[in-house]
Amino acid sequence: MVDSVAGSVGNMERRASAGDRSARAKFAIVLLAVLLGVTVLLSLASGASDASALAVARDWLFPSMSDGSPLSERDRIIVYDIRLPRVVLGVLIGSALAVSGAVMQGLFRNPLADPGLVGVSAGAGLGAIVVIVLGGTMLGPLLAILDIYTLPLAAFAGGLATTLILYRVATRRGQTSIATMLLAGIALGAMAGAFSGIMVYLADDRQLRDLTFWGLGSLAGATWTKIAAAGPIIALALIASPFLARGLNALALGEAAAHHLGIPVQRFKNVAIVSVAAATGASVAVSGGIGFVGIVVPHLLRLLIGPDNRYLLPASALLGASMLLLADAISRIIVAPAELPIGIITAAVGGPFFLWILLRKRGLLDL
Amino acid sequence: MIEATDISVSIGSRRIISDVNFEVRPGEIAAIVGPNGSGKTTFLKALTGDLPYSGRVVINNRDMAGLKPWEAASMRAVLPQSTALSFPFTVHEIVKLGLMSGRSGALASEERNLPERALARVDLDGFAGRFYQELSGGEQQRVQLARVLCQVWAPVLDGKPRYLFLDEPVSSLDIKHQLIIMDIARDFALRGGGVVAILHDLNLTAMYADRIFVMHRGRLAAAGTPQEVLSDDLISQVFECGLKVGRLPAGNTPFVLPQSAAI
Repeated sequence: MVDSVAGSVGNMERRASAGDRSARAKFAIVLLAVLLGVTVLLSLASGASDASALAVARDWLFPSMSDGSPLSERDRIIVYDIRLPRVVLGVLIGSALAVSGAVMQGLFRNPLADPGLVGVSAGAGLGAIVVIVLGGTMLGPLLAILDIYTLPLAAFAGGLATTLILYRVATRRGQTSIATMLLAGIALGAMAGAFSGIMVYLADDRQLRDLTFWGLGSLAGATWTKIAAAGPIIALALIASPFLARGLNALALGEAAAHHLGIPVQRFKNVAIVSVAAATGASVAVSGGIGFVGIVVPHLLRLLIGPDNRYLLPASALLGASMLLLADAISRIIVAPAELPIGIITAAVGGPFFLWILLRKRGLLDL
Repeated sequence: MIEATDISVSIGSRRIISDVNFEVRPGEIAAIVGPNGSGKTTFLKALTGDLPYSGRVVINNRDMAGLKPWEAASMRAVLPQSTALSFPFTVHEIVKLGLMSGRSGALASEERNLPERALARVDLDGFAGRFYQELSGGEQQRVQLARVLCQVWAPVLDGKPRYLFLDEPVSSLDIKHQLIIMDIARDFALRGGGVVAILHDLNLTAMYADRIFVMHRGRLAAAGTPQEVLSDDLISQVFECGLKVGRLPAGNTPFVLPQSAAI
């Protein structure tokens, strides 16, 4: 698929002036949008039951033709209340993970930054676990006020704290050391893991069950309530991302050069950090830790359309959504009728991919 | 005009530069020279707003401290000593970043291919499609200069002069490209802009600078035209080695010959 895209894109490139990949990038974005559309339709149409998404769509579009049979009523429930929320959640989470990966890589000026790898997801996870375990007791009043938003907001807070600490530790005078960043990420991940362990120790049986389901990293159990809880936060972060593109491009030249180009660097970094933490936190809150999407998707796209964030960010959102839906489809099919947690699929693909990047660019760690 | 009064910079408790006075007028190249560690780059960073300083910097009658980053970006562009990238940008994409602030001041007819024109100026025709990371240090520096030129393509915008800050613009270049780059700076000044350049080559400085500011141990040791400033005693003392100044018959331009590492 990628090969054929690259092939047809190659023809476009010859018309543009040398080194200008914007036409190729726009063309790729259109193709990725089509790919996402196809993936969404396939995901809606396939599943363990034989429910026909086509029949449901026909009922919805042309109600007069509906035969009102119990079968179509059952199909309607399967498509609207089981498959559709799962697809919507997959699209939201996939784009959130890929875009926050791309933004974080731009912010830290290195292609190995990823919320999952450097402990941000673990920090967000800790925030969520604290709410799950202490929600019934100490944090009861908070839960009453924030309602369904408690979990995503707590995860957001955990992710934000981790990102801020990471940035402080790994960045000196505007230069981020990749080695320091990855090592600090290991330390932060370990700390979040330790506190999470304490929380698990404190949890009662019902909470343990909640934690286990949550921690598997899965789109299973997607409901409209979960979408209502995490969707607005993720949507906000996604809407903010195109406004970060110019600043991230300038930041590629270094903080001083970005400042000279007219970017208010400190304010810009704050906005970028908050939006990464928001997207990661909300994703982790509803689907647990799904790794590597944030590193695989932007990296593939940089090979295809280049690192210009004006195109990289929207393309990452589209491809991230498609890839997560595909991974979800695989997780449902591969051991049907049971399901694998989707995090296993993304890690199985993403782990080797990460090693491949390291092999190709060993020099990166010397930066 | 840029006018800097009593500029001092401290990092932590250490005074890096003290009470430097400086000015550059439109139409001029002002060179900052001095030995390693004399505070040249620190002073330039104060001028460009990258370091907190005490004193006052006024650019086109406006206090630098009160300018928004994008306002400053439309008045001046800054060429760093070197720039390493961690993403595979093409040369074209890097140069185009210079157009980000949106006020290059290019004529409508030249605006479309400004990156190509800027690359041609720095003698990098045909490099647009190459990857920046694969270029040599000298080529990378010229790509950055092309980007900076895009940012302030017109030396005068809305009747106000604009400024180029160049931090060792020729340090990694061969002699031909040193001359090409300095010619670009002179052309920018002749068309009404102002140039501030940190230079190491005293002969290049004598040839191109209208005014030289000599830094020594964080202070201004001398300021004036090349004829006024470049004398055996002064530069031998500042650079702490034996230097001899001669005069070219044509135009009385000074030149500097190294004599010995000791004074």
